[in-house]
Formats: sequence, C-alpha cells, structure tokens
Amino acid sequence: MPTVIVPALLRPLTNGQERVAVRGSTVRQVVEDLERQFPGIKAHLVEDGDLKSGVNVSVDGEMGIGGLTDPVKETSEVYFLPAIGGGLY
Amino acid sequence: MEHKTDHKTVVEATINGEQVEFLCEPRQSLLEVLRDVLGMTGSKEGCLTGDCGACSVIIDGRSTCSCLVLGVEAEGHKIETIEGLANGAKLHPLQQKFLENASLQCGICTPGFLMSAKALLDHNPHPNEAEIRYALAGNLCRCTGYDKIVRAVLEASKGVAAKAA
Amino acid sequence: MAATTEGTHQFRVIGTRPIRHDGVEKVTGAARYGADYAFPGMLFGRVLRSPHAHANIKSINSDKARALPGVKAIVTAADLPELEDRIEQGGELPINLHHLSANILARGKVLYDGHAVAAVAATSPHIAEEALRLIEVDYEVLPPAMTVEDAMAPGAPILLPALRNKEDGPNKQTNVAAHIQFKRGDVKDGFSKADFVIERTFKTAMVHQGYIEPHNAVGIYNSDGHATIYCSTQGSFVVRSLSAAVLGIPEGKIRVVPAEIGGGFGGKTTIYLEPLSVLLSQKTGHPVKLTMNRAEVLRASGPTSGGTIRCKMGATKNGKIVAAEIWMAYEAGGFPGSPVPMGAMCIVAPYDIPNILIDAYDVVVNRPKTAAYRAPGATNAAFASETIINEIAEKCGIDQCDIRILNGAHEGTPQTAGPPYKRIGMIETVEAIKNSPHYKSKLEGKNRGRGMATGFWFNIGFQSSAMVNIHNDGTASVVTGSVDIGGSRASMAIITAEVLGLDVNDVRPLVADTDAIGYTDVTGGSRTTVATGLAVYEAAQDAVRQLKERAAKLWEKKPEEIEFNNGRLSASGNGVKPMSIKEITPRLGRTGGPITGRATVNARSVGPAFASTCVDVEVDPETGKVQILRATVAQDAGKAVHPSYVEGQMQGGTVQGIGWALNEEYFYDSKGILRNSGLLDYRMPTCLDLPMIETCIVEVPAPGHPIGSRGVGEVSIVPPPAAVANAIARAVGVRMTELPMSPGRVLKAILHKEGAAQASAAAD
Repeated sequence: MPTVIVPALLRPLTNGQERVAVRGSTVRQVVEDLERQFPGIKAHLVEDGDLKSGVNVSVDGEMGIGGLTDPVKETSEVYFLPAIGGGLY
Repeated sequence: MEHKTDHKTVVEATINGEQVEFLCEPRQSLLEVLRDVLGMTGSKEGCLTGDCGACSVIIDGRSTCSCLVLGVEAEGHKIETIEGLANGAKLHPLQQKFLENASLQCGICTPGFLMSAKALLDHNPHPNEAEIRYALAGNLCRCTGYDKIVRAVLEASKGVAAKAA
Repeated sequence: MAATTEGTHQFRVIGTRPIRHDGVEKVTGAARYGADYAFPGMLFGRVLRSPHAHANIKSINSDKARALPGVKAIVTAADLPELEDRIEQGGELPINLHHLSANILARGKVLYDGHAVAAVAATSPHIAEEALRLIEVDYEVLPPAMTVEDAMAPGAPILLPALRNKEDGPNKQTNVAAHIQFKRGDVKDGFSKADFVIERTFKTAMVHQGYIEPHNAVGIYNSDGHATIYCSTQGSFVVRSLSAAVLGIPEGKIRVVPAEIGGGFGGKTTIYLEPLSVLLSQKTGHPVKLTMNRAEVLRASGPTSGGTIRCKMGATKNGKIVAAEIWMAYEAGGFPGSPVPMGAMCIVAPYDIPNILIDAYDVVVNRPKTAAYRAPGATNAAFASETIINEIAEKCGIDQCDIRILNGAHEGTPQTAGPPYKRIGMIETVEAIKNSPHYKSKLEGKNRGRGMATGFWFNIGFQSSAMVNIHNDGTASVVTGSVDIGGSRASMAIITAEVLGLDVNDVRPLVADTDAIGYTDVTGGSRTTVATGLAVYEAAQDAVRQLKERAAKLWEKKPEEIEFNNGRLSASGNGVKPMSIKEITPRLGRTGGPITGRATVNARSVGPAFASTCVDVEVDPETGKVQILRATVAQDAGKAVHPSYVEGQMQGGTVQGIGWALNEEYFYDSKGILRNSGLLDYRMPTCLDLPMIETCIVEVPAPGHPIGSRGVGEVSIVPPPAAVANAIARAVGVRMTELPMSPGRVLKAILHKEGAAQASAAAD
C-alpha cells in the first residue's frame, strides 16, 4: 500500500502520525482515502477539485506535474509540500 | 493657460560626427533629448542621478552621464553616443570583444559601458586591469559581475593599440 | 574556467560558445527595451505614490490636476473592479487578486511609503509629473510596523484588518499571514546526543534585485476591445493573465509583446504598470507609456525580505550534525507572500541531518510587497546555517570543506520537506572548491581570511511551447515564448542546431508574443534552458520526424527505414543518395507542404542545484571595510549548453550575493519612510569593488533530461553572504550575525571584541 508522509502541521489531524498507509493508484484516490481515515484533512490539500494553490505533490521523489491525476504505485511514498514557482508567490 | 512652445530652445551640436539641430525645453536632460526628441534610444535611463552610467555618452572626449547634462548645455559641443560607435557595418573592437567574451547578459548597461570604455581607450590605449576597473567604476552592471566586461576591454585594448601602431 | 564532466554525451554544438544571435543589436544600441517603444499620439503616464508608510485614504480629489492643460486622464482604484479577497485557483501558485489589485492602486489604505494611489496620463512626462502634485489626497496617518518583531508584538498596528491565519483562528486580527513547519525525527532527542550545541540569532535586511532597467509598460487599447501591452517582463503570459484579471477583461483580449528586458532576477515576474497602461489607454484613446524612475523602483516594486532567523545546531565532536532547530520570520511587505516557505526548505537542504524542526512565519510589515529575488528566501537562510556550520567545523578542528562533505546530502538523502534527493551534485561542488587553485593557494597577510559556504536552490520545470520552422534555404528558425534575459536565445539555437545538424548561425531564435506562441511560463526559477530547451529539443525532433516522412515519400520507402544523422537523411538500398536538409527543402511543397516542428511540455523538475563559493577577504581594522581579494564559485550545472552564459550566471549571482553581504540594505526612518531610494546610497557593487570571479562548472548530468542540463540561473547568489561572514571570522576573529556586514557593523564588532579582550585582560 502506498504511504503518505503527512506535512508536520497536519499531523495533529492524523493523531500525530507522520506516515500513513493509504489505498489508491492516483493522488486523487490517495487523498480520498486519507479523508476517509481522517475526516477534515482533505480541505487542507484540495480545493475546487484540484490540488490547492500553493500545494504540490511529490511521488517517490519526483515532483508532480499532473496534480491529482499523478499516478501512485503500490510502494510509492507521497509527500505534500509547498509549491515552488518561478517568481510570483 | 496655453502650452507655450516658445519655452523651447534651438540647440546645435555635433552628434556622432554630424551637425544636428534640435528643439528642447530647458528642463529636458540631454538623455531625454537623445531618446525622446531625436529617437536615439541606445542610451538608457537607469537612475537619473548619475549613479549607474547607463546613460553614458562621450562629450568632448570625456565619458559623461547624459542624465546630468541639460539638453541646452549641449550647444556647440561634440557628443558621441552608442549609435555612432560602429563604423557603418564594422563593429568597434570593443563591441566585437564584448560579443566574443559574452560580456553582456541583459545588455541594458552595455551601451554605457562601451562608451565609458571607448573614452578610456581613447586616452589610455594600454590600460591594465586596475585602470580599467577604475575607469568603469561609474558604470553599474547587475548581471555579469563585471568579470567578462573587464576581460573584453583588456582584449580590445590590444586590438586598438595594434590599430594605432 | 575549469569544468569537470561526468560521463556526458559527445555533442557537436551543445557546449560551444557561439556569439549570441541578438548580440549585434545589443552592442549597437539598436535592441528595443520596453522604454524604447514610441507610437504616434502616445501619452506619458506617471503614478502618484503615498508619502506615508501606513495610512487610511479618506478622499482623493483630482479636479485641479484634471484642469492642467495636457492632462488627459486620471485613474484610481475606483476605476478598477473590486476583486475577491481569496487565493485564486488555476495556477501552480497562490495569488490573491484582491491584494494584487490593491498593490497596483491602493484601495482604501496605503501600506508602504511609495504605495501607488493614482495614475495620470498627459502629453508629456513633465506635465504628468506636475499633475501628480495637484492631486489632493486626504490621509489618516497610522503608526507603522516596520520589522517582523514590531509586527508580531502584541498590540502591533494591524495592516490588513481582514487577514487571518489558521492557527489564530477566524476572530483574531493578525500580521502573521502564515506559519509553515517542517519536522523530521525528534530534535530534543537529537540535541541530547550532541556533544555541543550552537545557537545564534541572525538578522538580514531587505534588499532589492537591483536591475538597471526600471519597470515600463506601453498599453494600447483598441476600440474593438483588444489591448496590446509592450513591456519588459520575465513572463509575458503572466502579464496577460494578471492584467486581464485586474482589469476585469477576458485574457484573450490582451496580447503581450515582450520587449528586451534589462534585468529582472525575479522582480519582473509580477505586474505593476501594465494594467495601468491599458486602463489609461482605454480612458484616453491613445497609447500610454508608463515607466518607473529609480526612486519608485526601490520604494514601490518588489524587493526581497529581510527578517530574523534563530538557528540552533547540535553536533558530535566528530563533526556530524545531529539536530537542527530553526525559527525564522520574513518580511512579506504590505501584503502576504514572503519567500519564507522556500527559505525554510533551503536552510539545511545541503545536509543529511536526522532531526530537524523548522518553524517559519510570513509577516506583513509596512514595506513594499516583496517579490522574487534569485533563489527567493534561500540567501537569508544560508547566511544563518552556513556560518553555524563553520563554527561547528572550527570547534571540531575540521576543515570547512570537509565538514560539508562529511554531512553532505546525496542521492537518497531526505530533503527538508521529505522526498528523497535523486542524483545531485552537492558534494561535488564542495570538492570542486577544495580542489580549486584558489583553495589550494596560500592566503598570507594580516587581517585576511578565507571562507566558504554551500547553497541550495530548486529548479522548476513548468510549461513551455516551441516551434521550429524549416525554411526554403535549408536554414531554420526556432520560436519560443521565453523572454531572453541573459542569452537564452543562443541556447535555443544551439539545441535546435544540434538536433538538426545545422550550423548554429543557420538557426535564428525568436521570442514571440502571447498570441504567436503557446503558453510559456516565466523566464525564472532557473527553468529556461531546461524546460524551454526541452520543448525546443522536442520540436526539433518533431521536425526531423517530418523530414524523414518526406524523404520516405521521395524514396518510396517507409519512414522507419529513413535515418537522420548530422543533418543528412539516408536509407539503405540502391539509388538512394543521402540528402541534406538544404537538398530536400525544394521538394517540401510536393511532399506535403512546409515543415514546422512543434512541441509543448509541462516539464518535470530535473532536481535542485547546489553551489559552493569560496572568498578571500581583507578587513581594514580601522574602518571595518571588507575587500574581496579572490572569489571562486563551483556549481553543478549538468551539461552546460553555452558555457560562457553559464559562467556568466554564476559570476553575476556571486556578485549580487557579495553586495547583499557587504553593503545593500533598505534604510527606513522611524516614520517608515525609505531614506536611500537611489543608487548612491543603495550601494551595489561596482567593478572597482571586485576581482575576477573564478568559476567551476561541475557537470553532473541531470537525470531524465535529454541534454542533461540543470537549471543554473539562481543558486550562485545563495552562499556568498555566509562565505564572506566565514572569511571575516577567520580574518579578524569576529562572527557577524547581521547583514549587511557594512564597515560600521564590522568595525563595531571588532571594537567590541577588542573591548571585551581588554576588559578580560584587565580583570586577570
């Protein structure tokens, strides 16, 4: 099962857990599963059906380019982090 | 209140070897005259206080910030701008060496540097690195860190000296 | 200029140093920058700016200004639609359009000295300037909060009454816009295992990108509702979308034509004058040109944050760093959005540290809204961490390069936000410094010292579009939307020439406007050569694919049977004579028409970049003046497409870092008014202040990129302030914890040290 490494400030929502096992083969599914396990966490990550502006996702060390559509493997580690841009923020 | 055009003065000067006549208000700087009246936009505005050198031109052989000179003060003087540096299609050795050495990145400071460097080489055809840095200290570059600019002037000085010999 | 390479592919054009294609225009003054444009009937605009750091606007009366002959229009925020105060979706980055619009023309309140209040269009810039003086604004002046400490203190003046943060909740007014945290392991446990702990508080000052060209925009509004903006920008598509949003018109109604740009460094990735130029053009029916003067650039564009960083690190006596705990607060300016999240992700990024806790705060203060400045947030951060690392090295008796190699991050090391690094070149850059002629040389003389530091910065990917046109004479043109801020056109031509087997001078690079080329993200974030280069590479490959199809048609073969090598098409079989591109172009019409290769990418980031910098300084103990004697920078650039321009980026970033280290800072007085809004007193390095800057390009190929290039534009600015501080410590034995390390501060530190030494000698 894929693992989500929970951002530090969201760990109070996951009972302090840093690493959470999830189900899913896309980032969207992983987020839905996280929400199932810890209701309320999704609102910090997703807005209007897409990754929240300012949030990016890294799957197995590869920075995402597809937002919620990025694929996730059985052994993947998924990180949510602040988005880095080329200038405007 | 009418906008009075009789506030403007007719000024005659030599610009890049040509006799030029232009009309300007007393409050217009030479930089503004070059850019907005004569359409010669090669000299650039960076600070309007004579601190960056982007507006450098050569007046009677001396590198000068055109933002600190009034248009009316140009009367009777010999002015050289970046537009006159090349000899027709033939680039000045400084221009050529700047290109070969990648001495420009954004290029906005380049006209000013070229004019200050030309003024230096016209007086001192064999400057060393310290003399070059001293002569160019009034021109700011934010992109290059100056390394490739100084190298270009060193190389060009050899070419200029060779031509003069 | 030494370069070390690691198993790189042999290229023909990539890695050479041709003269840039736009070079002649730039050395003859013919190149057109934004302020060089002029149109028939053009009017000139100027902006009225707040003389107060913090005030409510009670009323604005422009009657007298309107009556001045030559004045054609005056606008305020009332002429712009009011936009929602929420983070805008639809992009990678959070933009609050309400704040953006209020920064362009103040809405109800001014938040910094220089905040735009109104804009005037007139028949001459001088008349526009006179008109500004006739606009009457009634301000209710409020006390300012100028530092993060002022703004975070209980009872601080509140800048944005509607601002809330998650932690303080919906009912608490605050100046803290955001709190970001990164945590790994357990720092308490880590510190307990350390043999010693060092903790210091650092302060850095607000500094400006310092581009020589002020902001500019020419707006032309046509009666059919379409507008064109000519401006110097790092991102023409950003100008289009943000200007459209601020003006409340559809994006497709605006075409942005990027002029040549005289420097940006991140500061020209946002908008200030552009929507005003269109608005004034709409009101007057004429083109309107707006420019900022230098004072406006410093007061009212987007410098980068100063702030406070408390950095605590624990290490074993063998020099292994076991824990790092950091508290950092950065100045956002009048609206939220400092680079503190990035700073937090960079501060210990070069190292493999098992226990970290980083708390970072974005704080609004009565200063201009900050904008990106080359590796935003990282330089301030590195000043703190990299000087403490040197202290650790000295305590352990370890060489300053060796401590970084000992603790250095490598493939698999977790980054600050968690994901593991892929192949990176951090340790290689430190080794390059250690093995450099500079580091190996002896530094002799009094009051001289050698310091080094390492920096980290991300390289983004993002979106780019490219087209490669094959011309009838067998030459090509390559069109992109990436503004050329430092010579990137040459790199695009080099990549195209490499793929097509052409001479680099037979490829003409162009930068197109927002209708002529597909969406392209900014020239920034160290992305252009990598991401736009990738699009160019793929567009050229697309052209090759089409060339093969045409040859197949002519030779009555299948496209898979055609080979293309070094500009020549060939196939096996009788009667097939290889053809160059030049030989096939006359046949293109009959085989299907002209050939244009095209590609668009949303490029993956190739991974971050590292730079290590070494400086030798001499400190004058009587004045505190610090002279840079020698400087070397090593950076992992992957494959350098045009080495001269890679060197140029490294040298330029290093010198900006030196200015940041030694002299640059914003001086505000007690009323919050900027006192050094000119280039005499905002002191940037001149060529007289510097030696040659030695460069070492470390070519660790970036994984997953066809050319192996990494982004190079930013990271070299990160190490210099720490490297200079480390050198000063070795030269005169004082540890500087405040930037800039200007003569007065250094002298004060020297005298303080001497005073303390005398006091303790007297006590003995």
